[in-house]
Amino acid sequence: MRTISLQKENGFPLAIQAVSVDEVGATERADFFTKRSVKKDSKLAALYLALSMCDLTTLEGSDTPGRVQQMCAKARFPVPPDMIEPHLQKRNLPPIPAVAAVCVYPSMVPVAVKALAGSGIGIASVATAFPSGQAPLEVKIEDTRFAVEKGATEIDMVINRGAFLSGRYQEVFDEIVEIKRACGDAHLKVILETGELGSYDRVRLASDIAIEAGADFIKTSTGKVTPAATLPVTLVMLQAIADHHRRTGKKVGMKPAGGIRTSKQAIQYLCMVKETLGTDWMTADLFRFGASALVNDLLKQIYKELTGRYYYDKVFSID
Amino acid sequence: MLETLDNGKPIRESRDIDIPLVAAHFFYYAGWADKLQYAIPGAKSVPKPLGVVGQIIPWNFPLLMAAWKIAPALACGNTVVLKPAETTSLTCLLLAEIIQEAGLPEGVVNIVTGAGETGAAIVNHPDINKVAFTGSTEVGKIIARSVANTDKKLTLELGGKSAHIIYEDAAIDQAVEGVINGIFFNQGHVCCAGSRLLLEESVADTVVEKLKARMEKLRVGNPLDKNTDVGAINSAAEHVKIKKLIETGKTEGGEFFEPASVNLPTKGYFHKPCFFNRVSSAFTLSRVEVFGPVLAISTFRTTQEAISKANDTQYGLAAGIWSEKGSKIHKTAAALKAGVIWANTYNKFDPTSPFGGFNESGYGREGGRHGLFPYLDI
Repeated sequence: MRTISLQKENGFPLAIQAVSVDEVGATERADFFTKRSVKKDSKLAALYLALSMCDLTTLEGSDTPGRVQQMCAKARFPVPPDMIEPHLQKRNLPPIPAVAAVCVYPSMVPVAVKALAGSGIGIASVATAFPSGQAPLEVKIEDTRFAVEKGATEIDMVINRGAFLSGRYQEVFDEIVEIKRACGDAHLKVILETGELGSYDRVRLASDIAIEAGADFIKTSTGKVTPAATLPVTLVMLQAIADHHRRTGKKVGMKPAGGIRTSKQAIQYLCMVKETLGTDWMTADLFRFGASALVNDLLKQIYKELTGRYYYDKVFSID
Repeated sequence: MLETLDNGKPIRESRDIDIPLVAAHFFYYAGWADKLQYAIPGAKSVPKPLGVVGQIIPWNFPLLMAAWKIAPALACGNTVVLKPAETTSLTCLLLAEIIQEAGLPEGVVNIVTGAGETGAAIVNHPDINKVAFTGSTEVGKIIARSVANTDKKLTLELGGKSAHIIYEDAAIDQAVEGVINGIFFNQGHVCCAGSRLLLEESVADTVVEKLKARMEKLRVGNPLDKNTDVGAINSAAEHVKIKKLIETGKTEGGEFFEPASVNLPTKGYFHKPCFFNRVSSAFTLSRVEVFGPVLAISTFRTTQEAISKANDTQYGLAAGIWSEKGSKIHKTAAALKAGVIWANTYNKFDPTSPFGGFNESGYGREGGRHGLFPYLDI
């Protein structure tokens, strides 16, 4: 077994055992969760939960204050109230939950802060030269500080894949530690960009490094690289979280991002989280979906569960 | 659906495993029917069938075992008298209807239901040319005695106490999943179930801990629920047998574990998946086939010890090896006395792969090219 020897900030050594992942076995296990069948009340509960776990995201070069404001409005009012409320009242159900957070570039954080004031919705900002991460550490730290100062409550950083792939694990580790410090009270999500790592063994190692370095969440992807989140990749990361929890009792969160578009997929992820980590993780504090299209599909399915029929798509605003 | 109603196995397994494998088996052997000459290297002419074959199958995979028996027999040109188990006859009768619809000439496939006496009548009938049996070692021995001193050919696919070896360099999370699939698949009613888990000492505690956590998440219950992982024990008699063996296990020693969060339905023959940790090779549970969701766990220190422990059994049906090191897998596999050896997986079946055992697990092979030989006059 390979041991990765690292040095912690305080100078003490840190040994990370490289854990092997059998790709066939992991894929097969992940595929199992596509066969769970969640119906009726359980389905409705899962849809509610999934919605409350969404990080509504816009990360485009073309983002403008106007676009971000629109998205924030969607985060606050996902659905026209008169459309669903009567059905909720009829069945004595709680109101449709708001999403967990919006996710934007640092430059858009002030816009989001203003638009979401008083809503309780989190403001996540990508930082550290997202999505490539190819910038000097000082720039990445500055990027992070800026976002936090402007009011971001969560930071989604990218790991240094260049360093990781050339075996400079200490560098990857140190960067995460530095960014974590720059985050202050903001939660740190560490994006591994699994689509660039090349094997599940490496996904596992990157997960372990990120967790040891102090990640509050580990996250699959930027959404800019294909493949983004998949069930097997998420499973491997969940298992890293489970092992860390078993060893230390600490709970690290998980965020698959990119490629999750349908309620059906979201429910598969929820089943996987429940059966791999347990019910403690069935909360937005420990599990998020990085998605945008998913929100409307969840709403559509919630409406269908409430009324027994689908509403036509146009009734939900695009964003 | 019928298979699940009749047998008690989860509908997910009937749907995703049993029935697709049945179709694959017929499809595979249909391909051999006009190529028999090439099945035997150097054959000058098309090999001849044996005639009438008597086949007796168990209740754990009712339709799949029928396919394993009927498909190669027909492909080789024989006629068949098949007896399904008395507790699980329904899908075989449905198969008979399908065979009628398919236009197979009358008398080619004959399904006779009944218990032991019916089986004995088939085995002892003077016009039977070959007997193929899948079931318990006990009955297998009776059959072997009955056909001794006759010119009937015989193949037996009997019990097992298969070893599942996990080395310290294995992908542990996937290995744990393999253990689950190895012993709790089909409620453990699997002749090749990985019922003896051998763990390298350095990872034993980790594996046991993860196994416990995983077992807590198993869903035991109504077999017709698509989310059920472990269904019902096939019959009251089997349930009693399993419970009795567990009691014996408890008196002999070892640490017994069953998941606290798994709830069983109040009605029906349900049993919690469970294991005994730190069992000795001398214990009943290390030697006797339980044929239920009961796993026996012990440890080893070296490859040599793993091999000798795995081979320390009167059976020899299957084995599983988990390691990320290819050379270790090959070395171990070559030394194991088992008919089927899986590496980094377990309970995978394919019609092209021969299946069968050593010693008290029986003789003859089913599946693949080798599965033709018992049905040909060669």
